[in-house]
Amino acid sequence: MTGLLSAILLVVGAVFMLLAAVGVIRFPDLFTRMHAATKVSTLGASSMLLAVAVHFGSLGVAVQALLVVLFFFLTAPVAAHMIGRAAYFVGVPLWQGSVRDDLRGRYDPRSHVLGSGAVPEGAPAWPRDDDESRRSGGSSTPGSTSGRERQ
Amino acid sequence: MSWMLLDPPIFASRVALLVLAAGMLLAFVRLARGPSLPDRVVALDLVATHLVGAIAAYSILTGEPMLLRSAIVLALLTFLGTVAFARYLERRQRP
Repeated sequence: MTGLLSAILLVVGAVFMLLAAVGVIRFPDLFTRMHAATKVSTLGASSMLLAVAVHFGSLGVAVQALLVVLFFFLTAPVAAHMIGRAAYFVGVPLWQGSVRDDLRGRYDPRSHVLGSGAVPEGAPAWPRDDDESRRSGGSSTPGSTSGRERQ
Repeated sequence: MSWMLLDPPIFASRVALLVLAAGMLLAFVRLARGPSLPDRVVALDLVATHLVGAIAAYSILTGEPMLLRSAIVLALLTFLGTVAFARYLERRQRP
């Protein structure tokens, strides 16, 4: 019974990891790719580690496996937040079909301070003033290198 | 069918290792193609997560629970590497 349970958990976790990789390949820009890479792969790895905890059935192994699971759940959101924040500030282009960019004009590139609330009048939208050039990148137009130039 | 006689976890861990290899290949494609540096960092993070899953499957395949400790170390190092890359990217932008 535990053998069957751990087998199911293993295969389900591996399929989730494969779906995460497919999402990283297929999604159009970095910020949508991070959805797949962070959440789905955390779930997949946690499922496979739960399979290890069920399979060996001893307290020590289960504690180690659950420790890794807890560690993933604590660190994956933090790492994704830091990478997303740094990528936005570096100027990685959004997907052309993005409908909302709540950070526009709220970032001070000198002091690295993010403001909140209303955008002040006449404030330049950083990193790009014009919305068109910011959204002209993305992986759907492979010839464009606007994301790379800013680095 | 001889594989039906196998222990279900052993068979499942072999299948899981194959599936993980396919996923890791796709992540490496993004690592090579990724248009920007953060794309590559995300792909590397995904490869390391796949490795943790592969370690879990391999420890079931070989019946060796000690391999989990390397999974702990790998998860820790991945987090530190991602955070270091993010700090480096943000710091480099400063004039």
